[in-house]
Amino acid sequence: MSGATMSGAGMSDEGGRAAGEVPVLETRGVVRDYESGGVFGSKRTVRALKGVDLSVRRGDTLAIVGESGCGKSTLARIITMIDAPTGGEVLIEGQKVDIARGISRQMRRKVQIVFQNPYGSLNPRQKIGDVLGEPLKLNTALPAAERRERAMQMLLRVGLGPEHFNRYPHMFSGGQRQRIAIARALMVNPEILVLDEPVSALDLSVQAQILNLRQDLQDEFNLTYVFISHDLSVVRHVADDVMVMQTGEVVEYRSRDAIFAGPQHPYTKMLFSATPRIDPARIRERLAAKASAKAAAAARTKDVAGSAAGNVSAGNVSDGSVSGGAGAAPA
Amino acid sequence: MALLEIRNLTVSFETAAGRFHAVQGLDLAVDSGEVLAVVGESGSGKSVAMLAVMGLLPDTATVSADAMLFQGRDLMSLSPRQRRRLAGRDMAMIFQEPIASLNPCFTVGFQIEETLKRHTGLDAAGRRRRAVELLDAVGIPEPAQRLSSFPHQMSGGQCQRVMIAIATACTPKLLIADEPTTALDVTIQKQILDLLLRLQLEHGMALVLITHDMGVVAETADRVVVQYRGRKMEDADVLSLFENPQNPYTRALLSALPENAVGGRLPTVAAAGGWEARP
Repeated sequence: MSGATMSGAGMSDEGGRAAGEVPVLETRGVVRDYESGGVFGSKRTVRALKGVDLSVRRGDTLAIVGESGCGKSTLARIITMIDAPTGGEVLIEGQKVDIARGISRQMRRKVQIVFQNPYGSLNPRQKIGDVLGEPLKLNTALPAAERRERAMQMLLRVGLGPEHFNRYPHMFSGGQRQRIAIARALMVNPEILVLDEPVSALDLSVQAQILNLRQDLQDEFNLTYVFISHDLSVVRHVADDVMVMQTGEVVEYRSRDAIFAGPQHPYTKMLFSATPRIDPARIRERLAAKASAKAAAAARTKDVAGSAAGNVSAGNVSDGSVSGGAGAAPA
Repeated sequence: MALLEIRNLTVSFETAAGRFHAVQGLDLAVDSGEVLAVVGESGSGKSVAMLAVMGLLPDTATVSADAMLFQGRDLMSLSPRQRRRLAGRDMAMIFQEPIASLNPCFTVGFQIEETLKRHTGLDAAGRRRRAVELLDAVGIPEPAQRLSSFPHQMSGGQCQRVMIAIATACTPKLLIADEPTTALDVTIQKQILDLLLRLQLEHGMALVLITHDMGVVAETADRVVVQYRGRKMEDADVLSLFENPQNPYTRALLSALPENAVGGRLPTVAAAGGWEARP
């Protein structure tokens, strides 16, 4: 499959990391502006992406990390060819994407997206079998029976059962819906799957299942993933390369091992240090610091023990503690 | 004596498919000045149990308990009026969606002062002064000016700070925070957690932190209660929980963390099995 589709691309492109191999996805200086206001007030332009270069090899996972407003979802929409960039270019398998001139079905097929909220991205009045069959109906000339057959196969492939075929989205759990969204994206045999926070809304146990499914499908279909997440522990689990974004700029873009071994950019460092970690040594440290802070506080409050004693037995004393507290500071 | 003591709490809802038990036979004690994390996946009853303590459950819920004592008083025997006097003053709660928790039609100053008006004897000027103090204490810059801001003019993190200001307005003995940082970015999450822990320490209040995030538990809690399908699976101090989890469900949950399996496949909780029977 991949060999045939690659032949259409110019092989001389630079930018791929491995020499001679065309990256399956590449962006060069992608810029995106959004305009706000304009009817009465003056127009303001917000630059959501300030020149993003990236390059992903076939079968790899690029994780894009950043906080809300960093432009990661804007980038996802541009990669998926939903929105056009204001400047710069996107290349899929070496072929330039030009939304203004129209994009062929063949091109659209290559990139599919799975959103964070699987319920919001499924039509509540459409049965799951139809949800999965629709991409084929739109993109292929397959007869209905064949579409049903393929939809059923994909349903089983993502870990659901034949009994789910005629059910509606509301009858599924969050994890199952995310499986459906992934199945729908895979119906047209994409090369690249953009996963926009695919597990953020899921419980830990379900998250593990979806992450495993992601791995299995990647191995089976040689898929390339663009995995957008704010969760560094998930990113560490899934990524080959990690790109950290802040206010539309790429601040750090390196291999997973390099970035987790030692983040370089101050923002990346801040992001890493803000992420809660499970580390018994850290827990011990924290508990010790708290114990000493408590002891210090206890020593201080001994001096003003009078008012404190009143608070402890507060029971029915209606407002004493509060007005006391409020009055103390200004006075 | 524990600040809050719950014995055999059961909360059920009548549904079309029959009675659904959201919480079953939960025993829980919270000491004053401690940070207790209540962990569990969705449907584990962690929020419902705490809403029962606050008296915030809808009429459709049936709450029963052998005892539900707060500062030695039985919450079950209080009149609704008496419970409303407690809620917001001696015990307070903040929620996951800070922007949705605030009333969009009123300024944050009004909403803070509303609590003070209800629960304190302060006059208008005193309430205003206290509201400024509170906003300052939760780290909102230019607090006096921000009193006249509406919720939509603030970010999610700032709204959560306002919620914390309202909840701590009457220096409660117990603050229940239900997934307070789930909707926030990690850097903001850290600020909010630091703020909660600082206020907890300063006021010596008990903090019950409901969360699904094991990282947050490790960074904040003294003690941890793990819930699953309305039942308590494990109750341990934070170090033992991570170093030596006793319950099979806790072990399965911890092994499903992505950080515990770099690269390889994650063991899934369902595959592990065996914790349905109560230990």
